[in-house]
Amino acid sequence: MVTVIARRLVFTVFVLWGVTLVTFFLSRVVPGNPARLMAGPQASPSAIAHISRLYGLNDPLYVQYGRYMRDLAQGNLGFSFLTRRNVRTDIATFLPATLELAGYALLLGFVLALVTGTVAAYRRGKAADAAGRLTAIAGLSVPVFWLALLLQLLFSTQLGWLPLGGRLSPGMAPPPHITGLLTVDSLLTGNFAIFVNAVEHLVLPVVVLAAGVYGLMVRVMRTSVIDALGEEYVRTAEAKGLSRWRVLRRHVLRNALLPAVTVLGLEFGLLAAGVFVVESVFQWPGIGNYAFQAIQANDYNATLGATLVIAVIYVVINLIVDIVYLYLDPRIRYT
Amino acid sequence: MKQDRQPRAAAGRLRRMSRAVQPFLAESWLNGLGAVIVVLILLLAVFGPLLAPQNPDQVNLLAVLQPPSVNHWFGTDSLGRDIFSQVLAGARISIEVAVIILSLSVVFGTALGIMSGLAGGLVDEIIMRITDLFLAFPGFILAAAIAATLGPSLQHTVLALAVVFWPWYTRLIRGQVLSLREREFVLAARVARAGTMWIATRHLARNVLAILIVQVSLDVGYAILATSSLSFLGLGAQPPSPEWGALIASGRSYIQTAWWWTVFPGLALALTVLGFNLLGDGLRDWIDPRLRGSLVGGVQE
Repeated sequence: MVTVIARRLVFTVFVLWGVTLVTFFLSRVVPGNPARLMAGPQASPSAIAHISRLYGLNDPLYVQYGRYMRDLAQGNLGFSFLTRRNVRTDIATFLPATLELAGYALLLGFVLALVTGTVAAYRRGKAADAAGRLTAIAGLSVPVFWLALLLQLLFSTQLGWLPLGGRLSPGMAPPPHITGLLTVDSLLTGNFAIFVNAVEHLVLPVVVLAAGVYGLMVRVMRTSVIDALGEEYVRTAEAKGLSRWRVLRRHVLRNALLPAVTVLGLEFGLLAAGVFVVESVFQWPGIGNYAFQAIQANDYNATLGATLVIAVIYVVINLIVDIVYLYLDPRIRYT
Repeated sequence: MKQDRQPRAAAGRLRRMSRAVQPFLAESWLNGLGAVIVVLILLLAVFGPLLAPQNPDQVNLLAVLQPPSVNHWFGTDSLGRDIFSQVLAGARISIEVAVIILSLSVVFGTALGIMSGLAGGLVDEIIMRITDLFLAFPGFILAAAIAATLGPSLQHTVLALAVVFWPWYTRLIRGQVLSLREREFVLAARVARAGTMWIATRHLARNVLAILIVQVSLDVGYAILATSSLSFLGLGAQPPSPEWGALIASGRSYIQTAWWWTVFPGLALALTVLGFNLLGDGLRDWIDPRLRGSLVGGVQE
C-alpha cells in the first residue's frame, strides 16, 4: 500500500509541474501587452519599455518560466496589475469566500441526494424512482447561470426576500477574521446579526451550486443503496427483527456512503465550473470571480495564480480520494 | 418489380429498427421523453429557419421589448427582433457546435486511445501521462482560459472545449482496447497475420462503438451547456449571435422589464440539455445491465 501511495505522490508532483507549465505558457501567449496594462492607459512608450525591462517581459519564455518557478518555490505568485496587490494576498482574501460557498453547496446537495437516492432505491421501478432520476438529470441539465438569474429575479427583485448578491449587505462590517468563513466567524464572535445576514446572502448561490452536486450524487447513492440492500448482512439484520429505520441507518447507509467518496473528485470539477459562473452572477468576492476578471483583463499573474490554486486543490482532492478509497477497499490495496 | 422491392426492404429495415428501439423505450418513460426531446430539437435545428416566423436579425424599432403575444410567441428584444425566431436559429448553432466539438474530440481521442492500447510500452506511457495532465485541470476552467487566450469567439470556444473533451475519450477507448486485445477474435486475427491497422479498424473500432455512442450521447448535453456558459460569460459567441448563452447574456440587463428575453432562450437550452442527458443516461443503463431498473431486463438481454 505504501508503494502505491508513493507512486501516486510522485505522479501528483509531475501533474502539478505540468499544471504550472500549461498555465504559464497559456497566460504568456495572450494577445495584448501586459506591460501596457501595468503602466496604465496614459503611459508613454518609454514607461512601457521600462516596465517590460523591469519585469523581464522581453526575455525568452523559458527564462521567464524559470524565474516564475523560482519565485513559486518561495511561495511568491507575483503581482496583480488589476488589484495592485500580491496575488498571494488576493488569493488568501478571496479563497475563504469560495470555500464557504462551495462547502455549503456540497453539504446541501449531498444531504438532498442522500434522501432522494435512498427513497429511489427502496421504491425501485416506482414513480418515486423515476422522479428521483428526473430531478437528478434536471439538476445536471439546468444552466447554472440561467437558474441564478431566475432565482435573483424571483426572490430578490420581485419578492424582495433575499439579497441580490455579495457576501454581506453594504454598511455591514465583516466579523474579525478568524477562519475567513463569515458564518463561522460571526458565530465565534457572537455576532448573530452578521450571521443571519451572511446566511441570507448564501441561500441563492448555494442552492444554484447544489443543483449540480445533487444531480451527480443521486445516482451514486441510489446504486449503492440498491447494492447494500442485496447484501447478506442486511437480510440478517432484517431477520433479527430490527426495525426498518434501524436497518437503514446502521447497516444500509453506513455501507452505501462509501462509494459517495469516489465521486468527490468529479463533484469538485463540477463545483469549480459552477463557482466560476455563480460568483460572476452573484458578485460573490471569491476566487472564481477573481479568476474571471483576471482572465478578461489579461492580468496574467492573477490568472496564473488563481488557475494554479484551483488546479492544486483539484489534484490534492483527487489524491486524497484515491488514498481514502485505497484504505476503504482492501481489494484495490493488495493488487 | 425492382422498384417494388426497394420500399419493402426499407419498410423491413424500419420495422427491425423499431423492434430494436422498443425495449429501450419500454424500460422507462423517461427514455421515451429524452428521445422525443432530442428528435424534436434535431428537427428544429434542421428545419427551424423554415418555421421561423421572421428573420431572426430583422430589426423592428416599432415593436421593441414586446411581451409574448400571438405575433411574437416569445416576445421581442430591445431592437424589436423576434425572440422565437432567434431561439430557433440558436438551436441550429447549439447542435452544430456540439457536433463539431464531439467529432474533433472523438476522432482525436479514439485514435490516440487505440494507439495507446495497442502499442503499449513507452508510447502508452507518454500518451497516458499527457491525458492525465489535461484531466488534472477542472475542464471548464481550462476551456475558459484557452478561450480567453485565443480571444472571445464561437470558433475558439469550440476549439477550447475539444481540447477539454478529447482526453476522456482517449482514456475510455484505451481501457476498452486493453480488455479487447486479449479476446479470441483479436488473437485469431493476429494469428491470421492481420496488420495492426487492420485489427484497429476492422475489429477494435467496431467493438468500442457501443460504448462510444453512450459517451457521446452523454457529452452532447454537456458540450451545449459549456458552450452557452462560456458565451454567457462573454468568452464565446458574441451578440448579436442568437447562440442561447449570448441571448441570455444580452437579455440579462433587461430582466426586470423584459423577463421573456432571458427566460425563453434559457428554457430552450435547459430542455435540450435535459433531453440529451435523459437519452444518454437511459442508453448507459441499457448497455450496462447491472444498472438496469429491473433484473428481468438484464436476463432478457
